[in-house]
Parts: sequence; structure tokens; C-alpha cells
Amino acid sequence: MDVLALARWQFAITTVYHFILVPLTIGLAPLVAGMQTAWVVTKNERWLRLTKFFGKLLLINFALGVATGIVQEFQFGMTWSEYSRFVGDVFGAPLAMEALAAFFIESTFLGLWIFGWDRLSKKVHLACAWLFALATNLSALFILSANSWMQHPVGTTYNPETGRAEMESIGAVLGNNTLWAAFPHTVTASFLLSGTFMCGIATWWMVRLVRSKKPELVALARDTYRPAVVLGAVVMLISGVGVIISGDAQGKIMYEQQPGKMSAAEALCDSTEGAAFSILTIGPLNPTCDQLTRVIEVPGLASFLGTGHFSGPDSLLPGVNDVQQDMADKFGATNEAGETISYTPPLGISYWSFRLMIGLAVFSAALAVWSLWATRKGRLSDSKWLSKLAVIAIPMPFLACSFGWIFTEIGRQPWVVAPNPSGIDEVRLLTERGVSTAVPAGVVLTSMIVFTVVYAVLGVIWYRLLHRYAIEGVPQVYDESPEARDADGDDADRPLSFAY
Amino acid sequence: MDLSILWFVIIAVLWTGYLVLEGFDFGVGMLMSFFPKGTREQKADERRVLVNTIGPVWDGNEVWLLTAGGATFAAFPEWYATLFSGFYLPLFLILFALIVRVVAFEYRGKIASAAWSRRFDVLIQVGSWLPALLWGVAFANLVRGVLLDADHQYIGGFWALLNPFALLGGLTTVVLFLLHGSVFLALKTDGELRTRARALAGRLSIAAVVIAGGWVVWAQLAYSVTWTWAAVVVAAGCLVGVVVTNAKGREGWAFTLSAVTMAAAVALIFGSMYPDVMPGRAGGPSLSIAQATSTDYTLTVMTWVAVILTPVVIAYQSWTYWVFRRRLTTRDLPAPAGLSWTKVREAVGSHAKPAVNQSDLS
Repeated sequence: MDVLALARWQFAITTVYHFILVPLTIGLAPLVAGMQTAWVVTKNERWLRLTKFFGKLLLINFALGVATGIVQEFQFGMTWSEYSRFVGDVFGAPLAMEALAAFFIESTFLGLWIFGWDRLSKKVHLACAWLFALATNLSALFILSANSWMQHPVGTTYNPETGRAEMESIGAVLGNNTLWAAFPHTVTASFLLSGTFMCGIATWWMVRLVRSKKPELVALARDTYRPAVVLGAVVMLISGVGVIISGDAQGKIMYEQQPGKMSAAEALCDSTEGAAFSILTIGPLNPTCDQLTRVIEVPGLASFLGTGHFSGPDSLLPGVNDVQQDMADKFGATNEAGETISYTPPLGISYWSFRLMIGLAVFSAALAVWSLWATRKGRLSDSKWLSKLAVIAIPMPFLACSFGWIFTEIGRQPWVVAPNPSGIDEVRLLTERGVSTAVPAGVVLTSMIVFTVVYAVLGVIWYRLLHRYAIEGVPQVYDESPEARDADGDDADRPLSFAY
Repeated sequence: MDLSILWFVIIAVLWTGYLVLEGFDFGVGMLMSFFPKGTREQKADERRVLVNTIGPVWDGNEVWLLTAGGATFAAFPEWYATLFSGFYLPLFLILFALIVRVVAFEYRGKIASAAWSRRFDVLIQVGSWLPALLWGVAFANLVRGVLLDADHQYIGGFWALLNPFALLGGLTTVVLFLLHGSVFLALKTDGELRTRARALAGRLSIAAVVIAGGWVVWAQLAYSVTWTWAAVVVAAGCLVGVVVTNAKGREGWAFTLSAVTMAAAVALIFGSMYPDVMPGRAGGPSLSIAQATSTDYTLTVMTWVAVILTPVVIAYQSWTYWVFRRRLTTRDLPAPAGLSWTKVREAVGSHAKPAVNQSDLS
């Protein structure tokens, strides 16, 4: 393989891996902070138990997210140095801001939260949890503003002298409408994922304890796990609605900004009015247009999703053939080597990742509805099937989020910086031009193999730890805050409440 | 003042922050290899104390690196691109080390098993020695100059980075971090640990004077300019100060002085590079601040962000050190809170027979 292919694989592996971990942090951190708030306000120990329980799972997850995030930032310079030269003036700013404005807060206040239970007053300690939770979401905002700029460059001009994109307005970069569609979609999806995670684990526990028929365990299920089931399910429902609304808005924006991405997602070859939404289209793994057979479809739906119209001239969706022609006219049909440039993203991956992103949400919906029904009016459930659904539902939004990113990034190809159709000239970059030219293929191959193996091993440990801590259940808890200690409490004699 | 020069200084400051802060946690990580004494169990206990002296702060320390990286990307894209693709292999090894290190800190106590913790302690050590060495190698090469082509691509190859000057630079960061870490340990522990850490710091400071002193003088004579003699003098004076204050048991002063040593070293390194960000070698082209810089607009935006946020970051990070100011000994550590694989496995056995340890909760 050449450097380009290897660099793309290495980046894809790192990104997808990183984004298995990140959404759980984004969504679970505010939920944990919320539960801790409930404890501080109501003084009901169930919330402290749940805070500690989900807090541990959050920390196991966060550590690996940090580890992969470092690699992510350095990749731009290491394997995509020509990209970095071209965009650094614009793209570097949000990354630096993320570190200064968000990541410092995250890492510092997480340390204070983990080790500070017995050092800080209840309120200050709670504030640390919230600062951590808000900063994770702020991180997402900055990173997505960088990514959204690649999807839809704004606030920028091309400087022919330096041959690079240069920032004109930070306000435009941070106000990019692509960002303000992507950010709510990412955050609501993260909450959907975290709600599913929480509801799934708590539901499994509730059923398990109720089935034991021991009164004290049933009481534990009612007192502690049932509130977590309800909280998780409500979060799922609300964020699920948010995912749909923001996803719809994003789809419509995408049709204007990256028509090739959306027509690839629909496997739509020719521009069509009243285009049908394909539920099943078959063909080879990476098909060309004439190899596709549409099997099941819903008339007019694709057009409605993309344009808001089921039929008529306003419902026209561009097909990949027309996008190809259009881009070839604008940006050239061939590269320097005389090869035809394909402006069509890989059809098979775009089509299926888009459908899997949407389709896997069914599991969360089913779990949310069933769990709420099963716990209505103070009820508990001993349904084995509910318990099974709870366990199956947990990994599904993780997969959905990954497929969402695969779709976003694959659908952008062949561009690393997609051209802005509303007319910013020359600020665009083909992926093949962004790759480092000074790095030998063998070196990239080595690092890719090592990173992949390390990720795989750490992924197994991550999963086993989450699994073990989840089936250990809520811990016994003590109030460790300074207020709860004896008035004469002598600091020097008491062991720490937490240590690695 | 030209904003690009201001940003050259800001990046030097960010690296100072990184090397001063992560310098001591790398140092403590490396000390885990040979500092603990006694039986196997005593060593394990002492290693645990070591890890926990830096436990609440290492993560915040590491972000200084991400900030330095992000700031370089934003302020000097050409430098970021040339440096990171040119120094690919050393950076890859550093990233590998940092990945396993992050995870090892967080996971070492998660399972109640001596073998489990021991494995992650090894990863912490690998994750501390490797970057400590490689940062010095990387910076020494920047001082010495590297082979660039006209497009500012690094063409020297990997082995050229391992020249004697750079290797001595690597040893310099290793010995400085070890010293910095042992002084920090003396500051953060009590009793027997504190005494031993202080004694070790005394021996390490001699090694630091010889090794770091040798490298600094070499750098100054071969590659630097007149004013950086000031940095050399400050570094030397502070190192001597570390020896004296450490011997007197004034750990706070010793730590401050070893931090200033680090800052003086960064001043020497960046002073030698100026006005280039990557000086050329063998008559080849250099990459200068002016060539590498972002536009004035971007730098203005970034300056505002940095001016507003940096004091805030410094304030809350300082507060963290205040909150966790207490000295630690082996007696201060709670019983390990990790789970046992076997206990949980039994508890999971069947849905109908839930964990016994749950029953006392209700």
C-alpha cells in the first residue's frame, strides 16, 4: 500500500476508535453530575450510590478516550502534513482553543473530582463534576467546529502567494451553520448512547434483583435501580427526539453543501424529482451505478428528507452522475497524472453506514419505551426478555455513532476540505494532496500496526473492566465530604478516601 | 512587537509549563523502576505511594503538551507540518508511551491483584523513560539544526536524529526529570520516604551538573548566541541551589529551583533556534519564524484567547496543587478499592442468585 492508503487507514482506525469512547464521556459526565446534584439536594443516598457506580464506569472510559485523543491531534502533522500546511491558519485555532478552553478544565477538574471527595466541600466538589461535564461538551464544540470547516469551509480566503487557506473571520468559523447542525446532532446522539448505557445496565440489574424474590434485593431494585432505569429512559426519549430533529436539519444542509455525500447515501445515480428512500438496495461491496438493484423503497421520502418536498420541481435530488459531471466541470476531470478524478464517494460504504446509523437507533427506542412501561406507577419488572433487550441495546448506539462518523467522513471523499458551493474560491483540497510527502510508507505501516495492536489490547481491557464493574453493581457508600467528618477530624491520621 | 515573535515566546512558555510539570511526573514514573526498597510487598506499597503523589495532577500536566501542539499548529502551521512529519518515528514512540501511560495510571488499581498492578506499573515506567529520553533528543536536534529541502521537508532520515549531541540531550532530559521528580517526591512524602528521596536527589543533582552541564555548554559553544549565556548561568546557579536547598531539607525551594532550571534550559533551546523555528544544517535551508507563521489575523485571535485563558488555567491548576498539598506515606493509602475478578465471576453466576454483598445495602 502507498502512504496515502496507509495514512487514511491509520487515521480512520484512530478516529473510529476514539469515537467509540468519546460519546459516552460527553453524555455520561453530565448524567453523573446530575445524579450527584440530586444527592446533594435531596440527601438521598441512592443518588450517591448511582453517582459512584456510573462515575467509575465513566472514568474507565475517559482514560482510554484521552489516550486515543492525543494520537488524533498529532496525526495531522505526522501523516497529513500537506493538509496541515494548507489549513493550519484556520484549522489550528479551534484545536488550540479546545486545549486551552476545554481540555485543561476537563483534566484538572476530573483529578479534583476523583481525588477530592474528602478534600473539598460538597458544593465545591459538585462544581468540579459540572465543570468537567461542561468542558467535555465544550471540547466537542471546538473539535466539531474544526471538522465542520473541513466539510464546509467558511470565513476563509485562498492566498495564492502562500498557496494556503487563511482565516478571515473566527466568528464565521465558529458560526458555521454546518457546525450548528453537527454539534446538536453529536451531543444528542451522545446522550442517546449514554441514556441507553445507563438504562440498559440499570434495567438488567432491576430484573435480576426482582427475579431473586428476596425482599431485601427487591427493595434495592425499587429504591436504587428503578430511578436509574427511568432517568436513562427519559434521557433516551428526549435526546432521541433531538437526534431526529438535528439529523433532519443536518441532512437538508448537507444536500446544499455536499450533494455528492447525500446522493451516495441514497445510492441515487441520476437526478430525480420525488426520489424514493431506499430501504434495501443490493449490489457488490463497492458498486458503480449500473450494478445497483433497488429492492425495497418508500416513494418520495428521500426527497422529503432532503428538501422538505415529496414531489414537484422543488423535490429534485441530484444524482451521483450529475454531481460527478458538475464537479469535473468546475474542478477538472483529471489530475496531474492524467487519471480521472472520481468525485463520487464510495457508494457501498456511504449507503450502508447511513442506514446503519439510523437503523440501530431502533434498539434504544424499544428499550426506552418498554422500560418506561415496565416501571410505570412504581412498578418493577421481572421480564427475562426485557433484561435481554437491555443487554443487546447497550452496544447498538455505539455502533450507530461510529457508522455516523464513517458516513460523514467517507461521504466527504475525495475531498479532505470539501469545496464550499456558495462560492469561496480555491479553498478546497483533495485528500490525496493532504498526505505527508516526507514519511516513508514502511514507517506509517509500522505505526499503524503498533497503534492497532495497542488499541485492540487496551480495548479488550476497557471492555472487561466496564463489564466487571457493571455487574458488580452499586457500591456501598459513605459520605466522605469534609462536612460529614467529625469536627475534630485530624487530617494527618486518616487515610485518603481514594487512591490509585 | 511582531505577533509571530510573541507566539514564538508563548510556545516556549507552553513547553516550559509542560517540561516543568510533566517533567516531575515523568521523573516519579521513572523512579518507580529503582526507588522502592524492601520486600516485594513493601516495594509494591512504595510504588503505590509514588503513583499517588502525582495521581491528581498528571492528567492536567499532560494537557500542556496538547496545548503546545495545538498552539504550534495554529501559530506556525509550517513548523507543525515539517516537525511532526520529519520527526515521525520519535513522536510515534512518544505517543505510544503516552497512550499506555494514561491507561496504566487509571487502570492499575481497578483490579485487586498484585500481578495486575505490577503489569501496569511496568507500563508507567516504560511510558515515563521513553518520552523523557526522546523529548531531549528531539529538542537537541532542533538546536543542532536539521537537514531540510527547499520545500521545508525534513530529509535527514531517522538515524541522523540519533547523533551524539542529541543523545546527550536525551540523557540531559532524563537526568533533569529524575532530579525534578526526586525533589518533588521529597516534597510530597514524609518519614523514611522523604529522607531517601532527599538523599537520592542529592546524588542525582551531581549527575545533573555533569551531564546537563556538559550538554548545555556544548549547545552554547557550538550552536547558540551571546545572550543565552545568561540562561546557562541561571541554569547552573539554580542547579547548585538545588544541591544546597535539598541538603538543608528545604524541599519547596529545591523544587522551585529545579523548575527554574527547566525554564532556563527552554530559554537556551529557543534562544538558539531564533530567528528560525527549525535551523537548517549543512548549509541547507532553514525554516524561519517569518516563513512558518500564520496570518496576523489568526495570531491576533489566538493572542486574545491566550491572554484571557492562560491566567485562568494557571490559577485553577495552582489551586489543585493547594488542595492536594498533604504529604503521603504508605500509611495514608486506603486499602485497594479494586474488584476481584474471581469474586465478581462467582457473583454473576446466575440471574436468580445475585451477589451476596448486595444484600447488606438495602
